[in-house]
Amino acid sequence: MSPNLRIASRFLTAKKRAMLMSLSCIVLGVGLFVVTQATTSGFEQFFIRTILGTNGAIRIEDRIQDTMRSMQAGGQNSNSNFYIALRTEGKKYIEGIEEPKLLVDALRRFENVAGVSEVLHGPVIIRSSFKSESVRAYGINVDDHLRVSDLGSQIIQGHISDFRDKPSGALLGKEMADRLQLTVGDSFILESQGESRRYRVSAIYETGVADIDRVRIYLNMSEARSLLKKPTGASFIQVSLFDKDRAPQDAQHMVAVLQYSAASWQEREKTWLEVFRALRISTAITVSVFTLIAGLAMFNTLAMIVMEKTKEIAILRSMGYTRGDISQIFLWQAAIVLMLGTVTGWVLGAVVTYAISNFPIRIRGIFATDTFIVSWSIWHYVAATATAVIMVMAASLIPARRAARLEPGDVIRGTAQ
Amino acid sequence: MEPVTDPPDKIALRCSSVHRYLGEGEGRVHVLKGVSFEAHRGQVYAVVGPSGCGKSTLLYLLGLLDRQDGGDIWINGRLMSNSSDAERTAARGINIGFVFQFHFLMQEFTSLENVMMPMRKLGRLTEAAMRERAHELLSAVGMGDKTHRLGTQLSGGEQQRVAIARSLANAPAIILADEPTGNLDQRNSGIVFDFLTQLAKQNGQAVIIVTHNPEIAGRCDAVRSMRDGVFL
Repeated sequence: MSPNLRIASRFLTAKKRAMLMSLSCIVLGVGLFVVTQATTSGFEQFFIRTILGTNGAIRIEDRIQDTMRSMQAGGQNSNSNFYIALRTEGKKYIEGIEEPKLLVDALRRFENVAGVSEVLHGPVIIRSSFKSESVRAYGINVDDHLRVSDLGSQIIQGHISDFRDKPSGALLGKEMADRLQLTVGDSFILESQGESRRYRVSAIYETGVADIDRVRIYLNMSEARSLLKKPTGASFIQVSLFDKDRAPQDAQHMVAVLQYSAASWQEREKTWLEVFRALRISTAITVSVFTLIAGLAMFNTLAMIVMEKTKEIAILRSMGYTRGDISQIFLWQAAIVLMLGTVTGWVLGAVVTYAISNFPIRIRGIFATDTFIVSWSIWHYVAATATAVIMVMAASLIPARRAARLEPGDVIRGTAQ
Repeated sequence: MEPVTDPPDKIALRCSSVHRYLGEGEGRVHVLKGVSFEAHRGQVYAVVGPSGCGKSTLLYLLGLLDRQDGGDIWINGRLMSNSSDAERTAARGINIGFVFQFHFLMQEFTSLENVMMPMRKLGRLTEAAMRERAHELLSAVGMGDKTHRLGTQLSGGEQQRVAIARSLANAPAIILADEPTGNLDQRNSGIVFDFLTQLAKQNGQAVIIVTHNPEIAGRCDAVRSMRDGVFL
């Protein structure tokens, strides 16, 4: 152990209460920082998992066509048939996918693409014996769709195999089933463009996203084509990726290659993602107040120790301890408290995070959960530590430098008089 | 540190025409008015004089704890007058041992740790060697059985004996003692003085003691009287 560290650790005992105050603030600051980051990130990541599990990483929707403004050379009255393109006017979007099979084949060649599913959707009216509602029918090839969504794990009643095996089977969202008072095995009628057909509930799913669970009814693709009278084409193609974070680059690449609009999950859910980001930053700032108080407490404690230990500082200087040594002795004190506080704060943060993860809370709307969602990430602990180190060490610099500036002769003369 | 003179080896410390002012503005006082002094190895010097005559100020200047306004100071033949703070600090650690009136032990440390503190900074000895030397020094000042007592658990006389052992820790050439017996009763004063002079003489160290005690001064090898910032 270096002489300076040895002296610092003993000096710490001089102001036990004040040091404990600083220590408590660091523990609270680090612990709460970790907890708030774990919960806000937890909900954010769960939200991302939900949107990937429902709408996929990328959605290919409309064909893009460049448009040009042109003019006839020679003026209005000229008989010339010579045209020149002036400039590109913009892009025109043609709704839907005309040749889904070709597009699916092309998409499967992208390196990062894990799964592709064509989807056809359209408005229908659903009638149960209880009531009628306007909903949207989604035609899917179930095995393809299971590769681009979490539909399989979102089933809460019934079995996906029943849906696969029976052409007249349908998957209903939980909210829709509740409103229509339908359960697995019940039959209902779908009406579209003047035609009515009877279907049976194969299974009920719950994504937790209200807009999906209330209005989305899944049919087998062949049934959907027949009901919606769309024998060819698709409304969109849902794509899942091996690396979800590369979605914006992949989407851009797909647009360039395929000439279809491609929206990554980050682009589609930008609003919610921004909300989560703002929430995470604001909680970090709020909780950092504890660390700021810890810094101020440390400043106060060290300033008091410097005032009380002037003669010890003078005697150390008389023994050959340099100004740097004196400064280091006080910075070591701050570092020791910081280390103890940070480690204890980590433990507190981890324990509280674990406790919160078991805390019952029912959330439906943007996702479905019955407990608090937390995220375990080393970076929360790193960020909490960095905040504490910056604030506490910055606050300790002033008293440490003040101690180093003390003139031993002045101190000893003052004490002797 | 630039060698200016090459004094005979027997001179441990020398100062020439040292001036020092204290205070600011109208309160500024000319405390030392061209003091010159020389200390030889193995000799014990007493600096006496009335309060405020400049004894302690001179001692702090000689110990490089303060800077003179004029004149020169040599430590072991090296001119220290214009040396940097780092050079002065290093010189203090190697060449000078201090004993102060108020002991100035580090109260959170044991006697042994207090004595080891200058050695730890100098870093010349191993941990075991430092421990052994500290034991020897504490035994020499009669504190061998109280090596593990904290400063707060020692009497004034005992603390001063530990302070003497600490001042000798790095075997410095010069021991500067400011009223080392000022806070002690007559018996303890005698004990402390004896330890200080005996050990210094054994090791060939120059000892300069600032004192008001005529009995102590009378037992020194040389006595220099000061008045109004000059030696008489």
